[in-house]
Amino acid sequence: MGMGLGMDETFDAGFFVRWLEAAASAVDREAGRLTELDSAIGDADHGANLKRGFAAVAELLAEEPPATPGAVLVSAGRQLISTVGGASGPLYGTLLRRTGKALGEDRRVGRERLAEAFAVGVAAVSQLGGAQVGDKTMLDALTPAAEALRTSFGAARTAAEEGALATVPLQARKGRASYLGERSIGHQDPGATSSALLFAELAETARAEGAA
Amino acid sequence: MKMLINVPETVVADALRGMAAAHPELTVDVERGMVVRRDAPVAGKVALVSGGGSGHEPLHAGFVGPGMLSAACPGAVFTSPVPDQMVRAAAAVDSGAGVLFVIKNYTGDVLNFEMAAELAEDEGVQVAKVLVDDDVAVTDSLYTAGRRGTGGTLFVEKIAGAAAEEGAPLERVEAIARRVSARCRSFGVALSACTTPAKGSPTFELPEGELELGVGIHGEPGRERRGMMTSREIADYAVDAVVEDLRPSGPVLALVNGMGGTPLLELYGFNAEVQRVLSERGIPVARTLVGNYVTSLDMAGCSVTLCEVDEELLRLWDAPVRTPALRWGR
Repeated sequence: MGMGLGMDETFDAGFFVRWLEAAASAVDREAGRLTELDSAIGDADHGANLKRGFAAVAELLAEEPPATPGAVLVSAGRQLISTVGGASGPLYGTLLRRTGKALGEDRRVGRERLAEAFAVGVAAVSQLGGAQVGDKTMLDALTPAAEALRTSFGAARTAAEEGALATVPLQARKGRASYLGERSIGHQDPGATSSALLFAELAETARAEGAA
Repeated sequence: MKMLINVPETVVADALRGMAAAHPELTVDVERGMVVRRDAPVAGKVALVSGGGSGHEPLHAGFVGPGMLSAACPGAVFTSPVPDQMVRAAAAVDSGAGVLFVIKNYTGDVLNFEMAAELAEDEGVQVAKVLVDDDVAVTDSLYTAGRRGTGGTLFVEKIAGAAAEEGAPLERVEAIARRVSARCRSFGVALSACTTPAKGSPTFELPEGELELGVGIHGEPGRERRGMMTSREIADYAVDAVVEDLRPSGPVLALVNGMGGTPLLELYGFNAEVQRVLSERGIPVARTLVGNYVTSLDMAGCSVTLCEVDEELLRLWDAPVRTPALRWGR
């Protein structure tokens, strides 16, 4: 790793552990806001559930740190499935698990490789939830973020944030918010918001280590 | 909002510990989040496992016992349980005759139960699934996740549970559960919002003097808001919504259900109006159940569920049941 290696920089398991620890802190910090968004169009549990799940992920990774980036994501995904509940558990769990599986057993992976793996994870989320971009779900942040990650971590962060903001005028067609129909319009989707949070922390973790 | 709790994080675990103390006839595993009838697995008997977010008590744990559920898996408040819970519950109650999962139709519940079914089957448990989607307030379409599961769940769990208790094989218990699910319709009304422990304030705003018609059991807004109506007017609206969708040609079971914050005095008064509407429409009521069975925390309001029954389903409804929240016969 180290500073200034630029495009050729690769990331080991430790990088992914640090990212998920940062994500756990961010979810803990933002739990109130996520719950607030969810109470507008859902059932006010998104913040509390993700907080519980990511705290369990951080704990697991601290106890038994896996040796490869892929293994870190697979075990984090399994832990989310086992601890979050709701739709978020299986969906976020599947995102990380399938991304991790796509990374294989390499001990270090580059950003472009990660972008390809994320695309696989995002496709699995789309299939499991039966949702597409534009349905006002986490996919509205994840899909453009995975695409922009081919360019840079910063671009992925920006794409996720813009994707989350773009859910405001949409009408929900999947998830519990879809029961609201037109009344879901005008609210930012909590799942897209938490997805943007994950990509913001990924960019921060990369930046702290000198990667773009 | 004042609540009779310690801290939000332990609300479900605290309730399970209290349930264990009150019901020695149940095995309550607080750590793993499951409530199991103490004599499970019952030799040769198909087992029924349900579960869902907490906050709807007595659903589901209050329906565990002979004649109804074999086990229930409570999740966090308004959050489906995780697959591990159902996998362990299935293993605990399976006698070898198989397990029926009763699933309320919510995205989270469906995803977690489907994952659990796959994992349980990997462990050699035969699993069948029935989806309950009885709430007519939300119109099914290509784009929605379909209808919500509410009061009909009680009918599915009771009637399929009775069939299992009689020794029916898995395919038969599943078929009966599907028949009941297909013949149930519900409609809910909120007079106030509910407050989740984690949030501590109402999950939506319902101004004084207004009600929400078609509300879900998580405080999800429904079809429309109107100025406050009388019990008579609400019964007309709710029963019509149910009947227009169900179009029963025979007798029905009626559940007049409280959402948690409405006194029984009001619920019985409302039941009188429900019975009036049904009678005006020429629909015979075979049995009626009034009370708080499928609740939404402290929400004030009610729901009406009708289940069209034939002789067999009525006989299974009348069969003995012994659970914390529903018990009769024998």
